[in-house]
Amino acid sequence: MSILEAKGITKTFGGVTALNSVSVDVEENTLLGIIGPNGSGKTTLVNIVTGFVSPDRGSVLFKGKELIGLPPYTVTNMGIGRAFQMVKPFFHLPAFKNLIVPLSSKRVRAFSGGGYGDKDAVALDILEEVGFERDSSVPYKTANVLPHGYLKRLELARLIALKADIFILDELFSGLSIAEVTSIIPIIEKLLQEGRTIIMIEHRLKELFRIAHKVIVLNYGIKIKEGPPKEILEDEEVKKAYLGVEV
Amino acid sequence: MRGAAKKNYRKERIARGIKARSDDIYALVSYKEMWYLLFPRLIPIAGVAVVAFFLPLYWKKVLITTCIFAMLAVSWDFLSSCGMLSLGQALFFGTGSYTAGALNHYLHLPLYATIPVATLVGGLISTIILLPVIRLRGVYFAMVTLILPLMLMRVVEATRIFGGTEGITGLSPFPHTWVEITVILAGMWAALFGLRRFIASDYGLIFVSIRDNDRAAMASGINIYAFKAQALFIGSCICAFCGAFMTHLYMFTGMPVFAMEFSILPIAASTIGGIGTLAGPLLGAFILVPLSELLREFGSLRIVFYGLILVVCVVALPEGIFHYLSRKYNETERWVKIE
Repeated sequence: MSILEAKGITKTFGGVTALNSVSVDVEENTLLGIIGPNGSGKTTLVNIVTGFVSPDRGSVLFKGKELIGLPPYTVTNMGIGRAFQMVKPFFHLPAFKNLIVPLSSKRVRAFSGGGYGDKDAVALDILEEVGFERDSSVPYKTANVLPHGYLKRLELARLIALKADIFILDELFSGLSIAEVTSIIPIIEKLLQEGRTIIMIEHRLKELFRIAHKVIVLNYGIKIKEGPPKEILEDEEVKKAYLGVEV
Repeated sequence: MRGAAKKNYRKERIARGIKARSDDIYALVSYKEMWYLLFPRLIPIAGVAVVAFFLPLYWKKVLITTCIFAMLAVSWDFLSSCGMLSLGQALFFGTGSYTAGALNHYLHLPLYATIPVATLVGGLISTIILLPVIRLRGVYFAMVTLILPLMLMRVVEATRIFGGTEGITGLSPFPHTWVEITVILAGMWAALFGLRRFIASDYGLIFVSIRDNDRAAMASGINIYAFKAQALFIGSCICAFCGAFMTHLYMFTGMPVFAMEFSILPIAASTIGGIGTLAGPLLGAFILVPLSELLREFGSLRIVFYGLILVVCVVALPEGIFHYLSRKYNETERWVKIE
C-alpha cells in the first residue's frame, strides 16, 4: 500500500525548472532512494513534500490526505520527519536538549499522553540509540562544538524523537567516513524493521543500493528512471546522467 | 596581567567544582556551596534596596528611571533570545502608558487597577499590532518595530485622540516615593528571575531553539508563529508595565512615551551588559542611566563623553560585562604549556 503519493509536481525558480511533472509513489515500510546529479531537484522535491516550498502544480497525498498548502510544522506533526542536508541543530543548546524541542511537539505529546515524564531521560536514550556514548560528555556538549558526524546523527535522532512514520533523510551520509556510514546503516535497517518508511537522498550509491528497495533517478528536474537498484545500476541513461555524454 | 599572554602558553578554563556539580541549590550540601550560588543573586537584590534607602530624593528618582530602563533592556534581551530583533520597545512602552492613562483619566480607575490592567492590555494590543509581521525575520522585523511607535506618535498628533500633542495630565500619583521604589524593584527582579527561570525550562527551550534555527524548529513539529506570539506577549507585557508605572509616576502620558530613547537605550544596555544573559542588560542599564545623570554637569558635551564611554566598553569587552564577570566567578583559569 502506498503511504505517500506525489503527483505531477512542477516547480520553477525564475526561469529554471527545478521539477517538471515528477510523480513519486512510496510504499509503506520500504526504503526509497532518490539519486541524481547536483541540481537535479532532489532537495526541492523534499522541500515540497515537507511544506517548506509550495509547488506551482501537483499534489502530495499522505495516507490519503493532501499535504500541499500545509505549513511545515503541521506536516511534521502528521508524521513526516525530515533531516536536513545542511545540518541544522540548535547550536546554543546541549546535544540532548536539542531533542527536547521535537519531544515537545504536538505529535509526541499526543503519543505520550500529555507530555508528562522526564524528557531529558528520553532524549539521552534516543541519543544512545544513534551512537552518542552515554557515559561520556558527548551528549551534554553544546551542538556548536560537536563534530560533523555527531550532528548528522543528531538529525536522525530528531526524527526518531518525533516517532515519524516517514523518515526523509537528505544526504545523511555526505561528509561521513566509511566507518561512520557502516555504523549508521544498522540503525536505518532497525527503523525499517519497526515498520517505518524511509526516503533517502544520496550520493553514496554503493551504500544506498545495498539497502534500498526502489530507486528513483532525477536529472534536470525530470524523473528519468524508476526501479529496483539492480536495474538502475545497469541503465544506460542513468550512467549518462552521472558520467556525462561521451563526445 | 590580563592581555599579557605568556609565550607558548595557553589559558585553560575549568568550571569550579560547585558550578560543575549543580546549578540548583537543592542538590548542594554545605552553606559554603549554597552561598556560592546565592551570593551573586542576593547581594544585588539586598544591595539595591539598602542603597535606595540612603539615596537623596533626586537620586531615588534616578534609581526608579534606571529600573524602568533595566526592565526594558531585560525585555529586549528576552525577545532577542527568541529570535526577534526589536527596535521598538517604545511601542510596547507607549501602549502600556496610554492604556493606563486612558483608564485612569476616562474611567477614573485607581492606579492599583490601571497598572495591572494596562500591563496585560498593553501587552495584548502590542502583540496584536505585530501579529501580521510575525513571519518577518531579523532586520525586516526590526524595521517594522522601529517604524510603528513613530507612526503611532503621528497618529496621536493628527487625530488628537487622548489629548493629542498635549497628552493627558493630572493622573493619580503614587502615595509615597517608597511605594514607587518597592513596586518597581519588585517588578524588575520578578521580570529578571522569572524570565531566567522560564528560559531555562523545557518550554522556554523551544523559544531559544527558534532563535537558533527556525526551520529546524518547524521540522521538529513546532508552530513557531504561535511561540513567537507568546514571546511577544511576555516581552511587551513587561514593557507595558513600565509604561503604566511611569504614567503614574509623572502623572502624565503623551507623545513622548513613543520616543526613540525607550527603544535605543535598552539595546545599548544589552550590548555593554552582555546579550543573551538577561542579567547583563540589567547590569548595563544600571551603568548607563546613572552615568548619563552624572554627566549632566558637562552640559552639551555630555553626549560626547557618554558616547566615548560606550565605545570603550564595547571595544574592551565585546562579549559584555556580565559574560566576563560570570566567567571569572564560575571558572578557574590556569596557564598550560603548549606542547
